[in-house]
Amino acid sequence: MRELSYDVVAIGGGPAGMAAALAAREAGAERVLIIERDRELGGILQQCIHNGFGLRRFEEELTGPGYAHRYIEMVRNSDIDVWLDTTVLAAEPGGVITSVSPQAGLQVVRATSVVYAMGCRERTRGAIRTPGSRPAGVFTAGAAQRMVNMEGYLPGKEVVIVGSGDIGLIMARRMTFEGAKVKAVFEIMPYSNGLTRNIVQCLEDFGIPLYLGHSVTAIHGKDRVTGITVSQVNEKLEIVPDTAFDVACDCVLLSVGLIPENELGRAAGLMLDPITGGALVDQFRQTSLPGFFAAGNVLHVHDLVDWVSEEAAIAGRSAARHARGELPEGGAARQVAAGEGIRTVVPQRLSPLEPGKMSVRFYFRAARPMGASLLQLYADGELAFERKLRIVKPSEMIVADIPVRKIGAATKLEFRLAPAPGKAETEEEIGEEA
Amino acid sequence: MTGTFGAGPLPATADVVVIGGGVVGCAIARELTRFELSVLLIERAPDVATGTSKANSGILHAGFDADPGTWKAKLNVRGARLYADLAEGLGIPRKATGSLVVAKDAGQMDTVADLRQRGRDNGVPGLEIWNRDRLLAHEPNVSPEVAGALWAPSGAIVCPFLATVGFAENAIRNGARIVTECAVTGIDVVGGAITAVCTTRGRVATRFVVNAAGLHSGAVARLAGDDSFTIRPRRGEYILFDRSVGQLVNTVLFPTPDKVSKGILVAPTVHGNVFIGPDAVDIDDPDDRETTAGGLAGIVAGARRIVPALPLGTAITEFAGLRAAAGKDFVIGPSPVTRGLVHAAGIQSPGLTSAPAIGEAMVEVLAEAGLKLRPRAGFVPVNPAKPRFHDLDRPAQAALVAADPLYGRVICRCETITEAEIVAAILSPCGARTVDGVKRRVRAGAGRCQGGFCGPRVTAILARELGIPVTAVRKDSADSWLFLPRADIGAAEGIHA
Amino acid sequence: MARVVHAIQCIVCPIGCGGEVTVEDGTVTTLTGFTCNKGLAYAAKEVVSPKRMVTTTVRVSGGGLPLLPVVSVAPVPKDRIFDCLNLLRGVSVMAPIAEGEIVVADALGLGVDFRAARDISVVQ
Repeated sequence: MRELSYDVVAIGGGPAGMAAALAAREAGAERVLIIERDRELGGILQQCIHNGFGLRRFEEELTGPGYAHRYIEMVRNSDIDVWLDTTVLAAEPGGVITSVSPQAGLQVVRATSVVYAMGCRERTRGAIRTPGSRPAGVFTAGAAQRMVNMEGYLPGKEVVIVGSGDIGLIMARRMTFEGAKVKAVFEIMPYSNGLTRNIVQCLEDFGIPLYLGHSVTAIHGKDRVTGITVSQVNEKLEIVPDTAFDVACDCVLLSVGLIPENELGRAAGLMLDPITGGALVDQFRQTSLPGFFAAGNVLHVHDLVDWVSEEAAIAGRSAARHARGELPEGGAARQVAAGEGIRTVVPQRLSPLEPGKMSVRFYFRAARPMGASLLQLYADGELAFERKLRIVKPSEMIVADIPVRKIGAATKLEFRLAPAPGKAETEEEIGEEA
Repeated sequence: MTGTFGAGPLPATADVVVIGGGVVGCAIARELTRFELSVLLIERAPDVATGTSKANSGILHAGFDADPGTWKAKLNVRGARLYADLAEGLGIPRKATGSLVVAKDAGQMDTVADLRQRGRDNGVPGLEIWNRDRLLAHEPNVSPEVAGALWAPSGAIVCPFLATVGFAENAIRNGARIVTECAVTGIDVVGGAITAVCTTRGRVATRFVVNAAGLHSGAVARLAGDDSFTIRPRRGEYILFDRSVGQLVNTVLFPTPDKVSKGILVAPTVHGNVFIGPDAVDIDDPDDRETTAGGLAGIVAGARRIVPALPLGTAITEFAGLRAAAGKDFVIGPSPVTRGLVHAAGIQSPGLTSAPAIGEAMVEVLAEAGLKLRPRAGFVPVNPAKPRFHDLDRPAQAALVAADPLYGRVICRCETITEAEIVAAILSPCGARTVDGVKRRVRAGAGRCQGGFCGPRVTAILARELGIPVTAVRKDSADSWLFLPRADIGAAEGIHA
Repeated sequence: MARVVHAIQCIVCPIGCGGEVTVEDGTVTTLTGFTCNKGLAYAAKEVVSPKRMVTTTVRVSGGGLPLLPVVSVAPVPKDRIFDCLNLLRGVSVMAPIAEGEIVVADALGLGVDFRAARDISVVQ
C-alpha cells in the first residue's frame, strides 16, 4: 500500500471536483489531487451532449462535453495530480483517504483538506413505489442517456417518460432524434420539474405531450415492458377514480429526481441536511467535520453546472486556506433556516464572517411555484432584508447575495418567500462574490 | 467430472431428469450427484432461481407452524439443521438471527403458547415465551402495544438466490448437467411408465423424472397423464429497504398467524437490508408478478402493526413472489398414475427451509420407485469460496488487487462490487448469463441506485465475457432484451465497461 | 391588415422569460416580456423563421469510445433538424479528434458547420 500526502484532495473529477481543485491550487494549495472513478475527467457532463451549459461561466453556450473540456484543459495545464479509474473506499476524519484502482492497487492518502465532489444519483422506480411487474425496459433517464450518447445503443423504440426533470426532457428529444417515438411525459406534480426552455425545445418542438398531475399506477409486461397505466391525481396527489388509461410502450425512462451521492460522507459521520440530502455546510462549504468540504450535486442538486463550478471554487479556496491554517476558527454557530415558501437553503449555517466581506451568497430552492415574490431575510425574527424576484419555480435555483450589514450579529437567520405586492421590475441580479 | 450449465444441447439419455431449477430442484440434483447417476436438470429460464426461489422471504423457519406428522413438519426442522452445516461450504449467506412471533394481546399469547407446544412436538429446539419487556429490549422498534412473543433461536435468514446457486453449482461440480432455456413440451409414457422427456431443445430418454417445476408442477404432472393435484399460485408482495436502515430490526418478526398465512413480517436480510411482506392473494396466472397499489398499502399497514415507524422513504424496490400452493401439505412422493414420475410439488413455505431435506427425501422416493443407487466416490460437498472484496480488511483487499487488478475496479458503487467479482460470477460453473443473474450472485445493482450507474457496465462485462453482442444481453428471462442497436452502429460493437 | 400576436417562451437562457410578439403583415411590430437583447432577437426570429442548435453524435473509430458528440456552430432552421441528423448518422470519423474540429462543414448547404464537442484520443 502506497501512502502519500496532499494539501487538498477532491473526491470526484466532475465539474465540482475540477473547479474545486483548480481554485484550491490557485489559492495557494501546493499539492492538489483529484480522484476520479471513471477513466476520464468530466463526470456526468460527458454524457450530456446537448447544449445550454456555460452561459454564465463562459458567456457562451456549450455542450456538456464542451464545458467539461474547458475544465479538463485547465487541469491538464496545471500541476494538479489526477488519478483516474480509482475508487475511494473511505475518507475518514483526519483526512485519511483509502482508494483502489486496477493499476495502483490500494493507496492511502493523507489530505489536510478534503473536498467531497461525488455528484448525485437518480431516484429509482423503487423509491417512488410504482406498482406493476418488473420487466426489462425500465431505465433511469441518466442510465439511458449514457447508453445512447456514449455507448451507442437504444433503450427502446416506443418511449414513455415518467417525471419531468431536465434529464427526462432532454432524453425525450434525444430519443426522438434517434428515431424513437416518445409518446408522452407524465408528471405527478401540477407543475414541471424541468427548466421551461427544455419543455419548449425538447417537448413542444416535437409535439410530445406533457401530462401534469398524472401518476403512473402500474407498469406492465412479463419479459419486456409492454405499457403503463396512468391516472390523474388531485391536489393531495391522490388518484382520481375513473381517470385511468393505458399507454403502450417498450421503454419507460424515469426522471423522478436526483439524490446526493453521499455515502462516503455518511460513513465518515458528517451531519446531513435531511431535505437536500447533502452535508450541512457553512459559507466556506465546510461540513461538520473540520477539513472536509463539499460542493456541487453532492451538497445539493443544482440545475446549472455554472453554479456548481462557482460553488466548488468557494469550497476549493476554503480548502486551500484550511490547508494553510488560515481558515477562521470558531465554528459554524449561526443557523440559517428555510422558512415559509423555501424548501432548501445552502449554506445552512454561518461561521464568523471575515473582515472586509461585503456579502454572503446563498442558494435556495422554492417549495412551490410562485409568481412575483419577495425573498425575505428574518434576522432573529425581524425582517432585515428583502429582494424582489420576478418569478419563482422549484425547478430553478435562486441565488442571492445578502449584504453582510443586513445579517448583522443575528444568531438565527431565516429566509422566506412571500408573494410580492406589485410586479417586480427586474430579474434577480447577481452581485459580485466578495 | 464437472457437469455443464447453460442453454446447450440435451444429452440423448439421462438416468434422472429433474424438471425445474428452483431451490428444490437444485437441492435434489445435488443430492443425486452423490450416486453413480447421470443427472440432468432442465430449466425453462436462462438461469436458476427465477420463479418462487427468487422472490420470497429468505427465512429459515424454526418449524413450529406445521402440524406434526406432515411433510412440512418433518422436512422443515431437518432442513433448518442441514443449512446450519451446509451453508458456509456451499457459499450460501446465512445468519442465525432467531425469530419472534409477536403477540398483541392475551388471546394471541394463547396462540403463541399453542405454537410453542406444536414446535416442541415437531422437535424445534429452544422455544421460549418472552414477555413484553424482554421483547422490547431485544427489538426496540417494535410497537409498545405488544403483550409478548415466542422466541425461536433456530430461526435464521439466508439468501434464497445464493442458496439455489450454491446447490446448483455444487451439483454441477459433481457432474450434473443443467440445461437452461429448455421448456418441457411433453413426457412420453409407454405402458404406464416414463420413457422420455420432450423439450424445446429436443428429447431426452429417461426412466425417472423428478417434478420440481414449482408453479408449473401441476402442468408437468398432467403432461405425464397425472392430474392428482393442482397448483394454485398465491402472490405475495414485498417492499425492500435500504441498508442504511438495516438496524430497524435484529431478528425476523412475525405477527401471530391466522389461518391463511403467517402474516406480514418485518425482517432483516442477510445482506443488511430490511423487508416487509408478504401478503397472500390467490391468482390464476402462474407468471403474474405484478405488484399492486392496494397490496403494497396493505403490507405497509400490516407491518406497521409490528413496527409502527417504517422508514418508507428508504424503500429501494418492491416486488411480488408467487407461492406454489397445492393444498395443506407438500406433494412429495411417487405419482399415483405414472411409473418413474416422482413429485416434489406444492412446495410453499417452508419450502426454502426444507429444500435440502426434500433433496434427501426424494432420493428415498426414487430408490423406492426402482432407481438403482450406488454411492459415488469423489463427491465434493463444498464449493470453493468466492472472495467478496467489500467484506475483507485492507491488507486482504490489497492482496486481491495485486493478484488480479480487476479487483481494483469498483463497478457497483452502492455495494462496492468489483469487476473481478462480476467476471467470476459469470465464469463460475453455474455462472450468470443475465444482468439480474449478476445482481443476484454478487449484488451489483442490488443497492440503492438499483443499477443506475452499474447497469450499463454490467451489461458490457456480460457481453465481453460471454462473447455476445450488447444487444443480446438480457435482464432475466429469455425475451427480456435490454438494448437495441442504433441505426448506424453495428450490433457487434463493444462498449466501454 | 393581418395582425397576429404570438405567445413566445424564450429558450436562450435558463431564466425562461415568456412574452408576446406582434406580427403585422409579416413584420414584427412589438415585443413585450423579454428582458435582454438576446431574448428579443430570439423572439423576433422565432415567429418568422425558428431555428435551433442541434447536438447529436457521430461514429468514431480508433478511440476509447464508439461515439463523438457534435454540435452545430449556429442554430439550424427547425424544419431541417432531421435532415441534419440523417446526414450525421452516416458520418464516421477516426480518432484522434480535437475539440472544435470541424466534422461536417456547411451541412446541407445551410451554412452551418458541425464541430466536435470533445477530444477523443487514440486507444490502441
